[in-house]
Amino acid sequence: MEIHITGFALILIAMSGLAVLMGRWLAATFEGQRHWRLERLSYRILGIDPAERMSWARYGLALLLSNAAMMALAYLLLRAQGLLPWNGLGNAAQTPDLAFNTAASFITNTNWQAYGGEGSLSNATQMLAITFLMFCGATAGVAAAGGFIRGLARANSQDIGNYWVDFMRVLWRVMLPLSFIMALVYVWQGMPQTLASQALATTLEGAQQHIVLGPVASFESIKHIGTNGGGFFNANAAHPFENPTPLSNALHILSMLLIPSALTVAFGLMLARRRQGWVFFGAFVLMFIGFLALVYGAEQSGNPLLRQAGADQSLSSTQAGGNMEGKELRFGIAGTALFVTTTTAATTGSVNAMHDSLTPMGGFVPLAQMMLNCVFGGDGVGLINLIQYAILTVFLAGMMIGRTPEFLGKKIEAREMKLVMLSVLAHPASILGFTALATLWPDTNASLNNHGAHGFAEILYAYTSATANNGSAFAGLNANTPFFNTTIGLAMLIGRYLTLLPLLAVAGSLASKKTVTEGPGTFPTATPLFMFLLVFVVLIVGGLTFLPALALGPVVEQLQMHAGYLQP
Amino acid sequence: MTTPTPPLAPIFSANPAPKAWTGLLGPSLRCAVFVALVTGLAYPLSTTGVAQLLWPEQAAGSLLTQHDGRIIGSRLIGQNFTQAQYFHPRPSHSAATPYNAAASSGSNLGPTNKALFETVAQRIAAYRASNGLAADAAVPVDAVTASASGLDPDISPANAQLQAPRIAQARGLPLATVQALIAQHSQGRWLGLFGEPRVHVLPLNLALDTVATPTAASGADHEQ
Repeated sequence: MEIHITGFALILIAMSGLAVLMGRWLAATFEGQRHWRLERLSYRILGIDPAERMSWARYGLALLLSNAAMMALAYLLLRAQGLLPWNGLGNAAQTPDLAFNTAASFITNTNWQAYGGEGSLSNATQMLAITFLMFCGATAGVAAAGGFIRGLARANSQDIGNYWVDFMRVLWRVMLPLSFIMALVYVWQGMPQTLASQALATTLEGAQQHIVLGPVASFESIKHIGTNGGGFFNANAAHPFENPTPLSNALHILSMLLIPSALTVAFGLMLARRRQGWVFFGAFVLMFIGFLALVYGAEQSGNPLLRQAGADQSLSSTQAGGNMEGKELRFGIAGTALFVTTTTAATTGSVNAMHDSLTPMGGFVPLAQMMLNCVFGGDGVGLINLIQYAILTVFLAGMMIGRTPEFLGKKIEAREMKLVMLSVLAHPASILGFTALATLWPDTNASLNNHGAHGFAEILYAYTSATANNGSAFAGLNANTPFFNTTIGLAMLIGRYLTLLPLLAVAGSLASKKTVTEGPGTFPTATPLFMFLLVFVVLIVGGLTFLPALALGPVVEQLQMHAGYLQP
Repeated sequence: MTTPTPPLAPIFSANPAPKAWTGLLGPSLRCAVFVALVTGLAYPLSTTGVAQLLWPEQAAGSLLTQHDGRIIGSRLIGQNFTQAQYFHPRPSHSAATPYNAAASSGSNLGPTNKALFETVAQRIAAYRASNGLAADAAVPVDAVTASASGLDPDISPANAQLQAPRIAQARGLPLATVQALIAQHSQGRWLGLFGEPRVHVLPLNLALDTVATPTAASGADHEQ
């Protein structure tokens, strides 16, 4: 127990140190005056003018159109899998609805998978479609955060930067070098990196074992640095090839937290408001620790029903104990709990355990974090989401004291609040609306692996994960049906662009305003008080919106489990 | 406007003039193709090249081979063992067959699912019977729950200790020899902090085979 908590503390300390280093690098990437040679070459190939200054609308449109082109290209590659090389497993191309779902999933940084990796894709599509889109989704998110922060930093300005420059700089300076280095570390730890599709083994007992291989390490590194989360294999980061050792597990966790935490530091540097950046960082960490404690406690205390059956779930020197259904022994409960909390906080969505088999309270945590969507959050969008709540917080505080709210030296007026509310409302509308629709849909029951309260949680989890652009699943749900592929695909697109674009508009609107000097009526936002108020607003807004739905799922199941109820 | 001219763009006007959105179409398409080539082809292929140079064994899947070059399996991927003379791995829920390394999967059974309770109860009864435990003996949880991947290569030390007498008996080996082999193929936490103590099943069973080849009879007797 002490060992586990020490491990958690060390990871958080390492994350904080890395956040400072990476934050400085990100700020330099966004603000640097000089273009790298590779970047100038990229601009020439794209045929764009790096000196063009874009309004928020043009910036957002460049993001939207380039993402659409990337999604279309990946869709075509997925459909043409049969014509591409490196298909040693002979997997057939995905159907149109599945390929739409997959392409939408990876361009929106969701990485929801309605297919099992080794059973559906070839090494060609794993690289050219999936690895490619993992770079695109993450890079676009970080670029948007750059434009967003720049918008907040400026005054009397009509532009928030150049999207192409931000995208190419993040790609060449952050994503590619980091992914390359991490991939090599992962191979050292045991991940395969080969174009061979499989090895055929004869086991000690004489059976045949087809061991699927592929370019796994280059896939895993961008998957976690880019908070993507899709698995090369069906079992994702629980598969020994995707996560061979406790060290690779720790590196996955640090990779996921790297950019979301560093952006708070970059924010502080770019606005010359370092304390403000640390207040956001503190709010992230505060919520993270609370959720981690909840899931660790629930999983380590185990499942009373399994204890009743005769299983020993106690923690001792010879076993990790706890609820081990759907978990890997090398990570145990602590390595799993930290991963569960991280992957749904940083909206990565990779899993090193089957979330469907978590205890009810252990499953409550990933659901709740994706619903709040701002405990670190995904690359780029996490900070944007938290700032959206920060604007809401100053607005509420302003209403209480009867002053026009101010944030970062700008007046927050009706236009900004409308845009913020559009984004705040699009998120629950998509989650709850689609969940309600799926619950009424006649074929849904056939897709469920568990029924009763847990079955409802499977549906709720699917749309929460899609809208939050997370991608993890209560994977018992068979989501590869035209209904689920289409609705989940739409939820992912809504969740991505209906929060990103309104907040870019807020940034554009704030950029054009003049700076107001702080007076006695200004509510200071770079204080611990504001940090607690911000966390409070996040929890209240999230709680009021989602508690009724959560009550029907994990809360009911928790009560059932302790009452000894078995769901047929 | 009084906006100072930004250092990046001295030649261009201070404020963006409205431009046609169609001007973004060409760059968008070229961006998609260019980034696909860089990140979907150049990056994974160059990583493959360097990785195979630096760590060829891991890059190829950490494969274990017999003397004649036949592949036994991967050091990292669990295998199914049912014979009494071998340590048994954790239950596997991979598709079609247990330890199917071409279709990894967990059970995805929820914590209150009746099917989970019944399966675990059956596994507990079978574990007690095959290892000669009392009818009310508590069984290590990892021995009766399915792993997330269906390919878990490890078991807990508690689980290995309970199986050791069965293996010693089936192979006619002293218990101390089997326990020494368990210790050899066990691994503690990384830095004493991360991960959990574990026993690697496939290398352990491989080592058992090299210590003493069991008589054909004892192997066949316990085959399930």
